[in-house]
Amino acid sequence: MAKPKVKEINTQADFDERVRRLELSDETLIGLYRTMCTVRHFEYTADRLYAAGKVHGTMHLSAGQEAVAAGTRLALQPDDYLINHHRGHGHFIAKGADVNLMMAEFLGKDTGFNHGRGGSMHIADFQSNNLGANGIVGGGIPQAVGVGLALQMQRRKEICVCIFGDGASNEGVFHEALNMASLWKLPILYICENNKYGMSMDVERVVAKLPIAQRAEAYGIPWSTVDGNAVVEVYEAIKEAADHVRAGNGPYFVEALTYRYFGHSKSDRNLYRSKEEIEDWKQNRDPIMRFTKHLLQAEVFNEEQAQEVDAQAEQVILKAVEFAEASPEPDLSTLMDYIYA
Amino acid sequence: MPEMTYLEAIRQALWQEMKRDERVFLLGEDIGVYGGAFGLTHGMLDEFGPERVRETPISEATIVATAVGASLLGMRPVAEIMFMDFVLLALDQIANQAAKMRFMFGGRTSVPIVVRMPGGSGTGAASQHSQSLESILMHFPGLKVVNPSTPYDAKGLMLAAIRDPNPVCFVEHKVLYKTKGEVPEDDYTIPIGVAEVKRAGRDITVVANNIMVMKTLHIAERLAQDGIEVEVIDPRTLLPLDTETIINSVTKTGRLLVVHEACQTGGWAGEVIASVVGSPAFDYLDTPVRRLGGRDIPIPYNRGLEKFAIPQDADIEAEIRMMVSGKV
Ligand SMILES: Cc1ncc(C[n+]2csc(CCOP(=O)(O)OP(=O)(O)O)c2C)c(N)n1
Ligand SMILES: [Mg+2]
Repeated sequence: MAKPKVKEINTQADFDERVRRLELSDETLIGLYRTMCTVRHFEYTADRLYAAGKVHGTMHLSAGQEAVAAGTRLALQPDDYLINHHRGHGHFIAKGADVNLMMAEFLGKDTGFNHGRGGSMHIADFQSNNLGANGIVGGGIPQAVGVGLALQMQRRKEICVCIFGDGASNEGVFHEALNMASLWKLPILYICENNKYGMSMDVERVVAKLPIAQRAEAYGIPWSTVDGNAVVEVYEAIKEAADHVRAGNGPYFVEALTYRYFGHSKSDRNLYRSKEEIEDWKQNRDPIMRFTKHLLQAEVFNEEQAQEVDAQAEQVILKAVEFAEASPEPDLSTLMDYIYA
Repeated sequence: MPEMTYLEAIRQALWQEMKRDERVFLLGEDIGVYGGAFGLTHGMLDEFGPERVRETPISEATIVATAVGASLLGMRPVAEIMFMDFVLLALDQIANQAAKMRFMFGGRTSVPIVVRMPGGSGTGAASQHSQSLESILMHFPGLKVVNPSTPYDAKGLMLAAIRDPNPVCFVEHKVLYKTKGEVPEDDYTIPIGVAEVKRAGRDITVVANNIMVMKTLHIAERLAQDGIEVEVIDPRTLLPLDTETIINSVTKTGRLLVVHEACQTGGWAGEVIASVVGSPAFDYLDTPVRRLGGRDIPIPYNRGLEKFAIPQDADIEAEIRMMVSGKV
């Protein structure tokens, strides 16, 4: 089983070599960059809307983790299924969800993906095989077994990608599900997005043996860990895993090491980590900053072009806010809708 | 019409539906060669093979979650929870997940699963294998809770449950498994959410579920000899509850007794009673409404103790006589 060591910071030479070997075109690379910028603008805008009192409920922002979403998406087929967790905005955007409908859902509007019934934590987009985020930590992990089983029984070639946090790996269903997925050789790619904390709890304080991914070994599932802040490395690791799964070899488990910038949710005062730690990740390991530097040095784009892509991404999000704000609230007469089919 | 047991009727429904609809499959613990703890799925592995009679590890939460996930891709899973007591290990997937997904996702999906679970005492299985937890399951909008008392109802409700686009908890009773009744060979469904008047009568309405239906019908025959006519209503579905049939009946009889095996405190009798006393039927009541639930204790092991943990024939009879005589 391949167990690549996580390299904290990849060099330009590493990067260039990888891009060449993986045959990533400039267009593809800029696409990754665009996705990451879009996610980041979505998250910072969400935070701003929240601060402005426009958001009714809670939210779990993924700023700092954009490379996992973007790199994963590039390694998948458009029809692959996604089941993810509460910190899911990035995954949806990367999978191509309409940000207008996401933002509308975030503001609880009737035009949102879920007619305002779900909010940030429960966005789903069945048209793009995005089966929804889960507010119960670990709740989606066993459901992926069912999705994988249906894909297997229906003799289909899509795979199911299931994304969850480090904290979720301590739920009992994590272990039940990995065992069953492996027993039945189901087409499931499990991705643990280890952002170092589950709410306030450092993984070191709650996981008896790290890396989390090695737990997969107990269930006979191949695993790897990857620097989740290096988008091309994420792509490579997920591609390798996805190919394995798609070829009918059963599940694969990838742990991506990353970091979240915002607090856990709206109530977080960041008392469990230092300002220095947060600044260190932001200044030295930011996934977008690192990728931008590499792309500039590799002359995939220049400073001006980079800024233009970023500005375009921002525009997309601002338009989404306009759409969401102009959208109607759900009519109170529809309160009892959607309970039973 | 052929006679068969309650257990055979459920098996026949599963069998026929699996023949008719290839999206239907079974999953659960020991449901293959062993045939399930009660032998309900006996013979099905040979007929349908291991892919559609899927034996799982002892992982209740993930059994239900697997059904949920597969249903999102168009399958029609029927999961077995070996004893109803173990549904508590899967409650997150039933209550927080299956019941809410359609709603949370704005009506854009549905979760057509059936979760079968045998409940009830009477087999000496003691406190962790004998509970009647149906009242708990009624507290989750989005879920349906079905609870047949006869072989005929069991088959018709099972076919309806599998075809229903919503998550259905199908609550069976271990003591009923061996009871017999007439069951048509053909395909028929019994609508979910519709109660049945199992016996018409003018003096008192008794609402009861699973084995209490059988007991009450038996007592009603005896009381009829004394001129007391008992109307027996089996809700058949507890969620959604057919309060209309019950209210109409009470309007006619003026008396209401609810009997169930589930622990009295927090039991579904409270729900029935609240629906009736809050309706125009209140004005027709001749006596206070009463309930007779299981004692508020864990089910004991000892035969004698176990028996007296839940309402007995004599208790039900005494309640009815007291209410009809007006000496409440
Ligand atoms: C079953 C359950 N327990 C606790 C919570 C409260 N909670 C929400 S997110 C969270 C931390 C999850 O950490 P992790 O899995 O690492 O995901 P992250 O938030 O870091 O992305 C907790 C404790 C919950 N929603 N569900
Ligand atoms: Mg975490």
